[in-house]
Amino acid sequence: MNKLTSAKVAFNAVRVNSDKGKQNPLKVASLFVKYGSLIIGALAALIPIIVVFFASLKTRSEYASTGPLTPPENWFYFENYTRAFMEGKMLLGFMNTAIILIVSIVGATLLGSMIAFVLHRFHFKGKKLLVVAFLLATLIPGVTTQVATFQIINDLGLFNTRLAAIILYLGTDIIAVYIFLQFLDSVSISLDESAMLEGASYWTIYWKIILPLLKPAIVTVIIVKGVGVYNDFYTPFLYMPKTDLQVISTALFKFKGPYGAQWEVISAGIMIAIIPTVITFLALQKYIYNGFSQGSVK
Amino acid sequence: MFKLSDLSYKNQRKIIIFTFSLLPVVLLFTFAYLPVFNMFHYSFTDWNGFSKEKEWVGLENYKSIFTNPEYFVVFKVSVYYFFATFVQMGLALYFATILSFNVKFKNLFKGILFFPYLLNGVAIGFMFMIFFRPEGTFDTILGMLGLGSLVQHWLGNPDIINISLAGTSVWRYMGFNFIIFLGAISSIPNEIYEAAEMDGANRWHQFRYIILPSISRMVQLNIILAISGTISAFEIPFIMTGGANGSKTFVIQTVDLAFKYGKVGLASAMAVVLLFIVIVVTVVQRLAFKEER
Repeated sequence: MNKLTSAKVAFNAVRVNSDKGKQNPLKVASLFVKYGSLIIGALAALIPIIVVFFASLKTRSEYASTGPLTPPENWFYFENYTRAFMEGKMLLGFMNTAIILIVSIVGATLLGSMIAFVLHRFHFKGKKLLVVAFLLATLIPGVTTQVATFQIINDLGLFNTRLAAIILYLGTDIIAVYIFLQFLDSVSISLDESAMLEGASYWTIYWKIILPLLKPAIVTVIIVKGVGVYNDFYTPFLYMPKTDLQVISTALFKFKGPYGAQWEVISAGIMIAIIPTVITFLALQKYIYNGFSQGSVK
Repeated sequence: MFKLSDLSYKNQRKIIIFTFSLLPVVLLFTFAYLPVFNMFHYSFTDWNGFSKEKEWVGLENYKSIFTNPEYFVVFKVSVYYFFATFVQMGLALYFATILSFNVKFKNLFKGILFFPYLLNGVAIGFMFMIFFRPEGTFDTILGMLGLGSLVQHWLGNPDIINISLAGTSVWRYMGFNFIIFLGAISSIPNEIYEAAEMDGANRWHQFRYIILPSISRMVQLNIILAISGTISAFEIPFIMTGGANGSKTFVIQTVDLAFKYGKVGLASAMAVVLLFIVIVVTVVQRLAFKEER
């Protein structure tokens, strides 16, 4: 360290000490702005949800006579929840969502890791073309091609079946392939090679070595896809309008017409739909943050 | 029984490449590329979606998109979402910067700000229908702040509705950009801040000369993603208003034309235009990044 910088350090040390002593007004103001804006931000994020939570616990007349920010009189009034759950057939919604969720996540993990394994570990004719094909597909936003996708699903006889949603989640979401391809960069090829020296087949290498090592990437895929599928609205809305096939999103959407003015029941429906999200978030916070930071970097 | 390991690695390779690629590739072409090709084809016809015949109409559909005000008015709605994108980025960047320094209850704030992004779209739509209702949450809050005179029909007034809806969209998606920015900022090594502080840099200098340059790529990428999202805005307006009161977006228009009015040809032409815009935006971004590197 040269003389000049050490002088600076000394100078700064003195300055910091004197700052601590008298709490200058600028610092107080900046603290005020900092925490003030954070609190406003947090309130803006929470109030719409809290209002719905309050409303879901109010009776019909209470909802009409009290302000939206007034807490409910009885915190254990669950009538709206029972009504929303039963009349909205939300159990059916949860079951359909669960089936679609599980099949598409398992499918996306297997198919995605298989194609990523092939594209990452082997060189063959047409490989470049394939990589580009998977790359380019990310440029096509799903919503834009629904008009034509609908005809294909229809021609395959999949309209109004769960398979329609499952196959669309598998076929058009290329993000899993990306996450796996990226992750495979960090899995050394020497592992494959030493397994081959012991006579392991390529299948064994994939199944026993690669797939288990992909675990962190699989967690990312589960989170990113899980959130996407659970919250998706237009796929089930367009392709599975049959009541028996309703998922959480479409079950909730059906409240719109007949329950037009019964906001307390709709509020209970909203809460039922988001409670699983709240629980998952609280339980898996760390993985969720990581998942979204990784999943987004293409 | 057949065993893969009995074969030579050369033959195994062939089998693995073929079997592992078959299904993903078939799915990719059937559900990502075939629709695009079909869409191009439909866009030159007057097909209604179910009849056996499609008549070739040339560029007729494209002409009506750009000349019939009923169709191209939806571009104007995109402008609201476009500006909202910048508000969204600004907020995300602001909160990410603040929370990357020493703050009490850091994790709590981080969680709360991010959480809306995880919520179900229909639930969010309904939440904000309640929020914007006459005498609803928003009106009540304005009243509490002494701003009661500003009260509006937030979802009824065609001049305001798109602002309300774009605002809802900011509420929904801000957390995503925020968490990405926060991740990018936290990967900047601590020593750099310390060194800057020694040189007397204040927080603004640190933001301007350390944080912003190191995450500028991330910011650009997010802006581009958000612009594509802007143009394809659908869920929130569809759920909340169904496109009423002048809130129809490009995608609502397309879906309505195809599935409500049986104008698959025209809808396809609109989708082609939309796809074209999105691809241009993305390609421009990719090129811009390449030059930078």
